[in-house]
Amino acid sequence: MFRPKIAFYWCASCGGCEETVVDLAEDILGVVEKVNIVLWPVAMDFKYDAIRAMPDGSILATLLNGAIRSTEQEEMARLLRRKSKYLIAYGSCAHTGGIPGLANQFSREQILRFVYEESPSTVNGEKTRPQTQWLADDTGGTLVMHRQKRGSLDGLSFVDQDRMLKLPKLHELVRSLDQVVEVDYYVPGCPPTPNLTKAAVGALLDGRMPPKGSVLAPDVALCDECPRKASKPTNVSFKEFHRPHQKVLDPAQCFLAQGVVCMGPATRSGCTAQCPGGNMPCTGCFGPTSRVRDQGAKILSSLCANVEPKDEDGIDNVLAGIPDPVGTFYRYGLAKSLLRQKVNR
Amino acid sequence: MSTQDTPTPAPSWEPRIIAFFCNWCTYTAADLAGVSRMKYAANIRVIRVMCSGRIDPQFVLEAFAKGADGVLIGGCHPNDCHYAEGNYKMLRRFRLLKRLLADMGIDENRFRLEWISAAEGEKVKTVVNEMVENIKKLGPLGLPDRLAELNTELEAEHLPVSEPHEKESEVAHV
Repeated sequence: MFRPKIAFYWCASCGGCEETVVDLAEDILGVVEKVNIVLWPVAMDFKYDAIRAMPDGSILATLLNGAIRSTEQEEMARLLRRKSKYLIAYGSCAHTGGIPGLANQFSREQILRFVYEESPSTVNGEKTRPQTQWLADDTGGTLVMHRQKRGSLDGLSFVDQDRMLKLPKLHELVRSLDQVVEVDYYVPGCPPTPNLTKAAVGALLDGRMPPKGSVLAPDVALCDECPRKASKPTNVSFKEFHRPHQKVLDPAQCFLAQGVVCMGPATRSGCTAQCPGGNMPCTGCFGPTSRVRDQGAKILSSLCANVEPKDEDGIDNVLAGIPDPVGTFYRYGLAKSLLRQKVNR
Repeated sequence: MSTQDTPTPAPSWEPRIIAFFCNWCTYTAADLAGVSRMKYAANIRVIRVMCSGRIDPQFVLEAFAKGADGVLIGGCHPNDCHYAEGNYKMLRRFRLLKRLLADMGIDENRFRLEWISAAEGEKVKTVVNEMVENIKKLGPLGLPDRLAELNTELEAEHLPVSEPHEKESEVAHV
């Protein structure tokens, strides 16, 4: 029986997307039966060289999760793009940059300095950092480093006897998958739900794929499937904003009516409103619908328009309840937003 | 991580400011400034909207993302909105959008909201001249160029399709 080849790969991600594939539970058996998994680093042992040796386009689909923020991730994204008929951005990080995208508020230097020197839990007296520059051979001769030029990048390779290891370099900017290579479809979510995953894989195997570039989730706002929809007042009016930990939340009433920032109106549905179901407001992981270019700008627009005061001081007092607009409105989408990065980081 | 936006702009550089003017007041005021033969800096590109409340924050972000050095919004004075509430909606959005832009490293002098009635042609002149002066001091914002610079870290042979970056002269003025 012909079994199409499928690959799973991860870049800058937490592993939650891989969990979702496993969360298909028994249904995964039905999938595994029909496909030939050629790459899945988190679960099985494969070599990249085996992928490089495959003819271009011979993988039916690669489900790639994680944002692209290092030279190695970029290289793998390009390789898998070339080898796959369909490249699917799986999960928020590949779709819109995800949580790692928030790093675009800081420079690479700021990030490396904090992580390797300044964070309270770091003890690093010698200030050792991952190396991207030439180092003198002071390791007793067993490890020799060669500087290699790859395009404009300073690649660095370590030669230990006959084995050569290459170190990837951290990019200055975190990117969504489609900011690096062409993407055919998107499965949104942090992580995508098992239902969406099952539907996507099913459509793929049956060959009934929607137009290229589609996000494989309903194209309406989350409010549409939210169980609290009926309790949303016709006129929302904010006298103050509360963060979820500052208030006992009514489990049945619309969050906006309770003065809690909910990303639902600016977020695509398809998750069956799991967060509101668990008495937490939506944080926007499914990204915007197809009519919206910038999710953060849209929720800002909607929330602000309904602030009650009309004078600057009154307005500022209410809006003080949103202390971090970038982190709140672009929690999963900063890399894919219009501005993409903080300037003069 | 310089504190200045760009230390040495090209000598030929001139600020480009996108101005969203409300049809009922500020746009009419700009008209008045015109017929009164007032002279003000030619750095603004005016876009007429029916109400300042129509200005989607996406418009502002897109202007910056496509290379504007500043964005100016002109609306009716409080209580004078042709649609009763539009200018208040804009004011509220402006207060938070300004904070968001500051968090994204965009200087507050690059984004300005002014109430200018149809009779205040003089104010259009003052506000525009002031803003051009402030932005000249800040230097170019140049988001498309900054992004192109960052994209050189990607493998050169497969540069991603970046957002189309039209040159001013290529835009058709209909």
